[in-house]
Amino acid sequence: MKNNLEHSEAAAIFNKDVKRVDWHDETLWFVREKRDKAAHQIPEWELLRETASQIKNNVLSNIHDYLVEFESNALKNGIIVHWAANADEHNKIVHSIMEKHGVNQMVKSKSMLTEECHLNEYLSEKGIDVIDSDLGERIVQLRKEPPSHIVLPAIHLKKEDVSETFHEHLGTEKGNNDPQYLTEAARLHLRDTFLTRKVALTGVNFAIAETGEIVVCTNEGNADMGAHLADVHIACMGFEKIIPQRKHLSVFLRLLARSATGQPITTFSSHFKKPRDGKEIHIVIVDNGRSNQLGREDFRNSLKCIRCGACMNTCPVYRRSGGHSYHNAVAGPIGSILAPNLDMSKNADLPFASTLCGSCTNVCPVKIDIHDQLYKWRQVLVKEGHSPLGKTIAMNGMATVLANPMVFDLAGKAGRFVMKNMPALVNNSLNPWYKQREMPAPPEESFREWYKKNGKESKAKNNE
Amino acid sequence: MSSRASILEKIKENQPASVTELPILSTLGLEAFDVLEKYKTVLQGIGGDFVEVKDYDSVIDFVKKNYATNKRMITTIPALAEIAETDWFNDDPHTLENVELTLVEAHFGVAENSALWVTDALLGQRVAPFITQYLAIIVHKKDIVATMHQAYDRIRNQEYGFGTFIAGPSKTADIEQSLVLGAHGARGLIVFLME
Amino acid sequence: MKIGLFIPCYVDQFYPKVAIATYELLQKLGCDVHFPMKQTCCGQPMANSGYAHLTTGCDTNFIANFAAFDYIVCPSGSCTLHVKEHLHDANNEALASQMRKRVFELTEFITDVLKVEMISGNFPHRVGLHQSCHGQRGLKLSQMTELNAPFFSKPEQLLKGIKGLDLVSLHRKDECCGFGGTFCVTEEAISVKMGQDRIKDHEAQKVEYITGFDMSCLMHLEGILKRQKSSIKIIHIAEILNATV
Repeated sequence: MKNNLEHSEAAAIFNKDVKRVDWHDETLWFVREKRDKAAHQIPEWELLRETASQIKNNVLSNIHDYLVEFESNALKNGIIVHWAANADEHNKIVHSIMEKHGVNQMVKSKSMLTEECHLNEYLSEKGIDVIDSDLGERIVQLRKEPPSHIVLPAIHLKKEDVSETFHEHLGTEKGNNDPQYLTEAARLHLRDTFLTRKVALTGVNFAIAETGEIVVCTNEGNADMGAHLADVHIACMGFEKIIPQRKHLSVFLRLLARSATGQPITTFSSHFKKPRDGKEIHIVIVDNGRSNQLGREDFRNSLKCIRCGACMNTCPVYRRSGGHSYHNAVAGPIGSILAPNLDMSKNADLPFASTLCGSCTNVCPVKIDIHDQLYKWRQVLVKEGHSPLGKTIAMNGMATVLANPMVFDLAGKAGRFVMKNMPALVNNSLNPWYKQREMPAPPEESFREWYKKNGKESKAKNNE
Repeated sequence: MSSRASILEKIKENQPASVTELPILSTLGLEAFDVLEKYKTVLQGIGGDFVEVKDYDSVIDFVKKNYATNKRMITTIPALAEIAETDWFNDDPHTLENVELTLVEAHFGVAENSALWVTDALLGQRVAPFITQYLAIIVHKKDIVATMHQAYDRIRNQEYGFGTFIAGPSKTADIEQSLVLGAHGARGLIVFLME
Repeated sequence: MKIGLFIPCYVDQFYPKVAIATYELLQKLGCDVHFPMKQTCCGQPMANSGYAHLTTGCDTNFIANFAAFDYIVCPSGSCTLHVKEHLHDANNEALASQMRKRVFELTEFITDVLKVEMISGNFPHRVGLHQSCHGQRGLKLSQMTELNAPFFSKPEQLLKGIKGLDLVSLHRKDECCGFGGTFCVTEEAISVKMGQDRIKDHEAQKVEYITGFDMSCLMHLEGILKRQKSSIKIIHIAEILNATV
């Protein structure tokens, strides 16, 4: 995400290839449809969402004590617990574990947190070789790109793209685009990685306060292949991943995969409680701005997120702009309410990359009020001065016109006059509306002019 | 101040003033349906397969007929010693690299998603169900529960170092959303539904 | 009961026919309707752009114009929703809060307050209904496809009695059209793409008209249709209902 383009600019470029944007949009809409099908097979789906939402509300209101409880239980189980205030500390901790064991190779399974912390780059600079084992992540890693979607990292790529990449890096047949063939090639290539690496790093889907265990969900089995063969398993989590009790997993595991891809559950839902004999499990609990977000009353609920990606799949803007245009590890609607907290100035454009349609809020399994938060972030960003001056001037002008009936009337008349008699002033390339749309036809009179002549009061007058 | 202390302090300051109540879960998972039928339908829907068997001998017969018995097979079930190795629990997990078929038993299965709950007590080694090319899991029909709510009710305070729900063979759709079975874990899963 | 007619600023200026249709329709349904002449705008364009703090003038003007009415009815889902959620008066919050409860979008007013189940009439055309987001998900004018919940639709219910009206079924029943307020120009490429895609959905069903309860969405779609020189026409639901009563 080293581009300096605002979302609107990146999106405009994305839309130049109409066939590709249609394909990207249809592919993700299909995932949304699969989610709908799964949700409709559970009559109590909405009750499940409400329950999950309430569990997460409770978590946020008691997160301090849950974290202390979690740590205490994890320690009792022989797990080593670290705390990282920010991305830099997180990266240092991971590196120090590797150094302590004298290892300079790592196999990773999917962790959006480590994307957020730019861990791969950090370790690479320190001479550590990191291989991403999730197929989608491996593909983008070979292409030196960030993932574009938190669940489907390579959704922006066609099989021809993958084929090219694998031909270049794995020596597969040129032009062979068969997904089965390509996946088999990746399976063989990564199997060797699993068998030889002594340190495996995974993310954490859920951390259970009651028992000190962590849960990692995958379809590929890569987290397990890494962790069960390595001497050291490092699991990184944002502190908001905590849930109170084991039984709460019943709610989240019923919602997670159905919301993400329409599957009833991921192939593997692995519960790690104790390390294998003689081996180590490290958990790194990360803040990196989360405690800040926790203190923002209007935006705190964004921390309920279980990273399912349903909001991205349903978002008509995300589907037509692609994850990279959000220049943030987490893109789409949820990314747009998390990112401004991390860096307001860099991410001021994101809450505006939305029509506030509300679809995201209604697919969210934990009922985050995403579109309401997008609206509220807009107010905050403008107040904090992250709005271009031209926009502020225009808005102030608009406010004056719209607050004053006479000025409004005059402005309306003037606008219609210009559109009617000097259309070229409006219908030109300086008018962004006009680029691909006709302007509305200016009517002879406004409604209020008509009403003055024909409305109730004037009719009564005329009858006097 | 350590990062731990500063993080926890900040969290305490910033979390909402009062603790909201946890919801009850007892009204969930009560829908009545044919649990076994659903289990079978869902399992096939996600790329797994099932065979109904009456005992371990039937399992042995099936395996002999359908798998390459000259390849390496391992099991945690003593009754299957005829077709698979049983004393690999203390080996270096890396040596399981060449296993063709792993046969284990599950504590129970879940109908709504066909998942099977296994823990290290039943796995022999944690990597066993992942490193294998093919996976076979035996579960008793009476041990199929309806939903994840009944599942966690059953798990309750079970002690384990590692446990996992396995639902179908490993898979990915990361290449243009085309579903491919056999990503890094088992290429195929067969569930023996035992009487 | 006295009804105050709240007409969106751009409808007043560019689509007076929609306002006239709303006015006439409510009268035909037996309402005592008045249009306060000094109304301007609900303030939504500024609020959605992050400038909610500039809307006090609009709020004050709105309250001054509409406080005296029993109900305030508006042929726009988004404007109605904005007032319902954001109308404030620092000097008289109780009044503002009261008024928020009295604002209704046209179709929900007809079904929920006037309790009219159906409107009989004639409109022998193939029609696609565009579900504007704020009205649908915000005001709950109809069930959204995201939820696992029973179907209902206030606009469709009103169209049921219209003879000859062939309401088509769209592939994506409630995807956003891409207008989104200032979004339509700040993210022009996506805005237009979304509108074009909506139109393609209607075209696939061979509609003659696209209707809806929000003129902003329809204005955006109309702009694209005209640029495409399409034969599909735009009509606000008030116009269909009014033409046939």
